[in-house]
Amino acid sequence: MDARTDRGTGSSLLGGMDEPVVRFENVGMRYGVGQEVLSDISFTIAPHSFQFLTGPSGAGKTTLLRLILLSVRPSRGLVSVFGEEVSGISSDALTSLRRRMGVVFQDFRLLDHLTTYENVALPLRVQGRAETSYRAEVVELLRWVGLGERMHVLPPLLSGGEKQRAAIARALIARPELLLADEPTGNVDPQLGRRLLRLFVELNRLGTSVLIATHDFALMDLVDARRFVLGNNRLRIEG
Amino acid sequence: MSRGETHMSDGATLERAARREAPAADLPPTLRRNAALVPTDTSAGRALAAVIAILTFLAALCAGGAEIVASSAAQWQGSVAQEVTIQIRPGPGRDTEADVAKAAALAAATPGIAATRPFTKAESERLLEPWLGSGLDLGDLPVPRLITVRLSGTPDLGALRQRLAEALPGVASLDDHALWLSRLSTMANTVVGVGVAVVGLVLLATGLAVTFATRGAMAGNREVVEVLHFVGADADFIAREFQRRFFRLGLRGGAIGAVAALAVIGAGGALARLWRAGPAGDEIEALFGGFAIGWRGYASVVLIGVIASVVTAVVSRLTVRRFLD
Repeated sequence: MDARTDRGTGSSLLGGMDEPVVRFENVGMRYGVGQEVLSDISFTIAPHSFQFLTGPSGAGKTTLLRLILLSVRPSRGLVSVFGEEVSGISSDALTSLRRRMGVVFQDFRLLDHLTTYENVALPLRVQGRAETSYRAEVVELLRWVGLGERMHVLPPLLSGGEKQRAAIARALIARPELLLADEPTGNVDPQLGRRLLRLFVELNRLGTSVLIATHDFALMDLVDARRFVLGNNRLRIEG
Repeated sequence: MSRGETHMSDGATLERAARREAPAADLPPTLRRNAALVPTDTSAGRALAAVIAILTFLAALCAGGAEIVASSAAQWQGSVAQEVTIQIRPGPGRDTEADVAKAAALAAATPGIAATRPFTKAESERLLEPWLGSGLDLGDLPVPRLITVRLSGTPDLGALRQRLAEALPGVASLDDHALWLSRLSTMANTVVGVGVAVVGLVLLATGLAVTFATRGAMAGNREVVEVLHFVGADADFIAREFQRRFFRLGLRGGAIGAVAALAVIGAGGALARLWRAGPAGDEIEALFGGFAIGWRGYASVVLIGVIASVVTAVVSRLTVRRFLD
């Protein structure tokens, strides 16, 4: 797969003038008065880049993703997303930053009272777009992830793999500039896992920065990409 | 995966989606496409609709009752104010018939008076029957005589009163019902004021009930709110979704309450008509003025239903905004 060239040259294609999509500087994170779950984390995610985030369970992968998603704020250090420093960010600015990201949650977070079609269309709907304007896109993406026959089904009736694909489709539908995925292939068979990974790589080729949290080494070996390894509350960058 | 396995369609799909040139989708007609983002048909929602229905019902009944009193009072005032009464007291050695004729002539000569109708001695005695019983010979009793005077404009009653006092001193007196009218008007205004206050209180209670229900719904839908935030919904969008849901609940509750109130008022009117056929009917009609609330009453009942729904929507929106900020 050709992710390496994308990763390596993606930003340099534009003369290295692009701001990083995500920048962490000496970020520390603790919940309440407990110990820091993340310490001195510094990294950047360049535009058009592809990287994995890995580490043992409980190492703080999900917390790191939540920091990027701005659903929690760092205890210390500096987080900037799309060039915007996030401490004291207004809620309007927060909304517009989130519209530029797509996220696949480990537990999918599909809305159980909405059909698969409505779930996947949600990011476009909350932008105030008319249903007719995005119908074709949503249906095509649903067919591509193999949910063409399941679009009228409510999530409780979907299998784990189907939920996962629906969650991925929802993250991709608005063509985000940054895609965050938390164990996106955890519930699917290896063949479908590869197919979904190829979708991420393809999305990356089209310009989206991708960060996939996983501890599936077989999956990571399929793409030659940078790896952020979390362990002992710290981040090591490989590759 | 191997490079040879690459599906060419992958990139093509995304690129086509990017250019928004995807082929027209043939969706099954039964596919639900725009379901409410906040689940609507929950037991809490039904309970809230029931509370709003009951409150609207009570408020609408109150408004209807106040309207009946107000319109009856206006009718009474209208008919009473169109009439004044001259009372002639009999005195020893006086020709009461002559006094009555003289007073009636004086009144008839006053501009703005349409007609005078002196009560004869027999009629005056009959007026006492309900108190003294029938079959009595009242010939020896000094029964006062009445002249009802129907007004056609706004005559100078002060001048008439003075002329009567001069012509028949201590015998004739003019009663323009002013004291009675002012009491009636005070009573009617009090009832209307109490009705308006109760309607206000009920709407306030509706607002508070909706505040609690909205908070409950926000807590119960925390997951939904969070997901909406993550997929890029702003607070205003989320508040609108909650408002839409609660407006619908309020509309349902308000409509049920208003229709029930209209039914009760309609049934009350039908019962009143039924009783009117009986001996007590005249008194009931005199008291309730026919138990009809007129278009203004119906309009205010409907308006209360609408206001209850609007209050529901606005309060839920404000609550959500405060919750999210």
